[in-house]
Amino acid sequence: MNAAFRISGAGRLSQARTASFSFDGKSYTGIQGDTLASALLANGVHLVGRSFKYHRPRGFLSAGAEEPNALVQIVRDNARKTPNVRATVQELYDGLSANSQNRWPSLAFDVGAVNDLASPMFSAGFYYKTFMWPKWAWKDIYEPKIRAAAGLGVSPEKPDPDHYASRYAHCEVLVLGGGAAGIAAALAAAETGVRVILADEQAEFGGSLRFESGARIDGQDGYAWAQGAIAKLMAMDNVRVLSRTTAFGYYAQNFVGLVERVSDHLKNPGRELARERLWQVRANRVVIATGAIERHMVFANNDRPGVMLASAARTYLNHYGVAVGRNVGVYTANDSAYAAAIDLKKAGVNVAAIVDLRDNPSGAVIDEARALGIEINFGRAVVSAGGKLRVSSMTVQPKNGGGGRTIPVDAILMSAGWTPSVHLFSQSRGKVAFNDETKRFVPGTYAQDCVSVGACNGTDGLDATIDEAYAAGAKAAKEAGGKAGRAAKPKVDAGESWSRGMLGAAPGAGPGTTVKAFVDFQNDVTAKDIRQAVHEGMHSIEHVKRFTTNGMATDQGKTSNMHGLAIAAEELGKPIPQVGLTTFRAPYTPVTFGSIVGHARGALFDPTRRTATHGWAARQGAVFEDVGNWKRAWYFPKAGEDMHAAVNRECVTVRKVGGLFDASTLGKIEVVGPDAAKFMELLYTNPWEKLETGRCRYGIMLREDGFIYDDGVVGRLAPDRFHVTTTTGGAPRVMNHMEDYLQTEFPHLNVWLTSITEQWAVIAVQGPKSRDIIAPLVEGIDMSDEGMPHMSVREGRICGVPTRLFRMSFTGERGFEVNVPADYGEAVWEALWAEGQKHGATAYGTETMHVLRAEKGYIIVGQDTDGTVTPNDAGLDWAVGKKKTDFVGIRGLTRPDLVAKGRKQLVGLKTKDPKVVLEEGAQIVADPKQPIPMKMIGHVTSSYWSENCGRSIALALVAGGRDRMGQTLYVPMPNGTIEVEVTGMVFVDEKGERLNG
Amino acid sequence: MLLIRCPYCEEERPELEFRNAGEAHVVRSANIAGESDDDFEKFFFIRANPKGVIYERWRHIHGCARFFNAVRDTVTDKFIMTYKAGEPKPAKLPGASK
Repeated sequence: MNAAFRISGAGRLSQARTASFSFDGKSYTGIQGDTLASALLANGVHLVGRSFKYHRPRGFLSAGAEEPNALVQIVRDNARKTPNVRATVQELYDGLSANSQNRWPSLAFDVGAVNDLASPMFSAGFYYKTFMWPKWAWKDIYEPKIRAAAGLGVSPEKPDPDHYASRYAHCEVLVLGGGAAGIAAALAAAETGVRVILADEQAEFGGSLRFESGARIDGQDGYAWAQGAIAKLMAMDNVRVLSRTTAFGYYAQNFVGLVERVSDHLKNPGRELARERLWQVRANRVVIATGAIERHMVFANNDRPGVMLASAARTYLNHYGVAVGRNVGVYTANDSAYAAAIDLKKAGVNVAAIVDLRDNPSGAVIDEARALGIEINFGRAVVSAGGKLRVSSMTVQPKNGGGGRTIPVDAILMSAGWTPSVHLFSQSRGKVAFNDETKRFVPGTYAQDCVSVGACNGTDGLDATIDEAYAAGAKAAKEAGGKAGRAAKPKVDAGESWSRGMLGAAPGAGPGTTVKAFVDFQNDVTAKDIRQAVHEGMHSIEHVKRFTTNGMATDQGKTSNMHGLAIAAEELGKPIPQVGLTTFRAPYTPVTFGSIVGHARGALFDPTRRTATHGWAARQGAVFEDVGNWKRAWYFPKAGEDMHAAVNRECVTVRKVGGLFDASTLGKIEVVGPDAAKFMELLYTNPWEKLETGRCRYGIMLREDGFIYDDGVVGRLAPDRFHVTTTTGGAPRVMNHMEDYLQTEFPHLNVWLTSITEQWAVIAVQGPKSRDIIAPLVEGIDMSDEGMPHMSVREGRICGVPTRLFRMSFTGERGFEVNVPADYGEAVWEALWAEGQKHGATAYGTETMHVLRAEKGYIIVGQDTDGTVTPNDAGLDWAVGKKKTDFVGIRGLTRPDLVAKGRKQLVGLKTKDPKVVLEEGAQIVADPKQPIPMKMIGHVTSSYWSENCGRSIALALVAGGRDRMGQTLYVPMPNGTIEVEVTGMVFVDEKGERLNG
Repeated sequence: MLLIRCPYCEEERPELEFRNAGEAHVVRSANIAGESDDDFEKFFFIRANPKGVIYERWRHIHGCARFFNAVRDTVTDKFIMTYKAGEPKPAKLPGASK
């Protein structure tokens, strides 16, 4: 069954392959190969949307990506409701369901259209002027209301269930645009054997050959030639042909972003197909063949459904076999609309009249139109379109004024001329140049290795386009290393050609008029709005754009920019090039977040690092916390325990018996070589030359400015080998810091640095029973206090696997850290756990680790220090080698500020009420009665409930802290001020006897 | 995304493999402990931050891991040349900025 406006014998679609679809709940039938736009037009539907601000009824302006009006919502299910889809590019599939947007209660009767009547209120800059006060109302009242009324589509309610692919590609020649120019360039480049990628946004290649019925190349119809050429290119191994693929961004050094729509045109895409695929292409040479976009005429009510670009009407007829009306009018300022009139007339559509602004044009198309009996009116203007939900007439007047007449029509085809698509050229940072003769911006100065060919370069005529494109393709390939090609250049037998036209408002919409002659359809910007912006002081085109919103939104002014510019220039009394063009920015057309994100979401958003014992801890019911990318066991609750109870039990058990803790995430770096000790002397504040083999030392690393950068225990395994540990978060930057100095400041030192963080699993066994737990499993190491004193390291075996066994403590108890190859980490942990259980030891997590170290006053770099803390501030002066003449930070430490009195120093705090636990980060004052703002003298860095002490404990950075021992200070909080006493930093075993206990 | 030529790998590689490491040719004194406050200020705090040609350090961190020097135009973002760490500032730049 043929839809009413489908013309049999016209178009290229097979009418047998139907597809049913719905729009706003009503069912229609289209043909496979239709776009949603062509299918609706075949059914006589022009009204498809409401405009952004005035809610005016809108139809299709175009047949392509430049469409500003026909934005619809495509609904597959609750999670797949894509808003703002241009109906002119959405391919039809059987069962497609689309809805109009921005209307309530219905498209034909939209309450919001009251805005149109009230439009004098809504002129340019309206939002900026009207909603200034009261200030609070913007967020709560104005913005939500405006957003609801000035709507585009609605977001889906559920997370996007589709997946998006991503690929990198490299080629010698990348051709952007698959019309006649792009195909010719690709053919020439491909012949040389270099890698070629040809991309076009449409489902089929051919560009304007889709509608140019007059084109004949190599003895064939132009479109048929294009399909043959594409088939030939696809068969070549060195060529990748991408359809439905938009080049959206042109970045530095010929890096071009393409997005391929893989499955939006399919009925049932299936889970295996990505929805879209992002191509990140690096090309040696780029050929830009992006064509040109037709401009509309700017006259009153030029937005009525049925008023559209002449080339669009031609595309609907010649490609889709659809007549956009039965009685059409034509309004033009150049030749190209004549071709539309001729094609429609030949297909049996009545052409009521051609209205041509030009006074006395001549040429073959004009003669042909006249010969077909079409009425032609030169020197006249369409000053208004009649009708509301669909155009019903056009009012024609002599362009210089005078009596008019109204001609009934059901569509108006318009053409003000063609704008070269310089978007990608401009994005490549090329500078456009204004051609005063043809009144258009064309590529001027190039910034990258690219070339523009065909209509986007301002080249008119098929013959000239193919000549230029073929030569450019061959040249680009040759420059990129291709061999001489053999193929013959395509021969143009017949082609169409036109240029010129007009820019700005047409007669009837000029200065002084108040009619709604739209420049930018999507943003409801009229010629009057642009003039008003100039009157209100917007003299830069960038300001005019932002004040009026001309050229913004999803179409980015593809049809409106030149008109807007011309009107502003006229009003400013300046030539167009002096007013300048607004900047073209990526993306060319909207790109989904999905395609940019690709697979990097959910679990793949960021890598998760798990230690060797992760599975064991998970099975024990551990609660994990994120530390950088690591998952670390936070605490191990037993049945019925909350975090507090679990941590208290763990803390007490470690000090009473012992505990096992996974310390694998600590950074580990092996420093090896004849100059290893010299290097350590330079990178750490401590002395290392005299550290005996088999002993450990707590090291502090500074930046050149004298502030603490990292810390950790370092073991000397051999005279030329140090096993360095770093903080968990600091591991990569410490390695970078070390490499930096080794490579650039101290390259004379013979040292190798190796990150061994992932090589060794580290199991800390701490507590009075720690030696008893480990000893039965260890071979070849004397674990007596004499054989292995505190702060020593031994190499031997545990459970039959190699170990680097450290005797060290971050709890203040006798303690060990068992390093084993990561692959054996879980097995060794399980063996140690079995031993530990005989003694009643516990597994403990990071929270308990934090509490136990705070009870001993051991700092955590990055928690108790913040990049402005010196070793002296932290009470660690003992770790700075006083006799050393150089280390990184030695000069910084003597800076006037760093040796001044009154610096913030790390101290302990005890709350007067032992039950009160301070908040970390809370500010400290000396006098709570002083007026606000109070003088803050420090802040709490660490604070915990200590079950072992039976009270809360805290560490804090306080100005002149060590001179305040015993003083009472105050922590003002929202619920009252907390009194604290300044104390030393050690809350448990001040003498350190338990290290050997 | 820029392509950067690593002078050690002798290859142009994508920007993602590199990490900027600040201004180049800032020399740490052999007798840093004896430096005056003014000299230390110049060494540690003061940077050129030019509009135009900058000499800076980069690290091919996800490649050979070497630090090297680069000359870049901060206006166009173009890399004019790269050279190995320790080599002197080039006397003449290829195709010096116009």
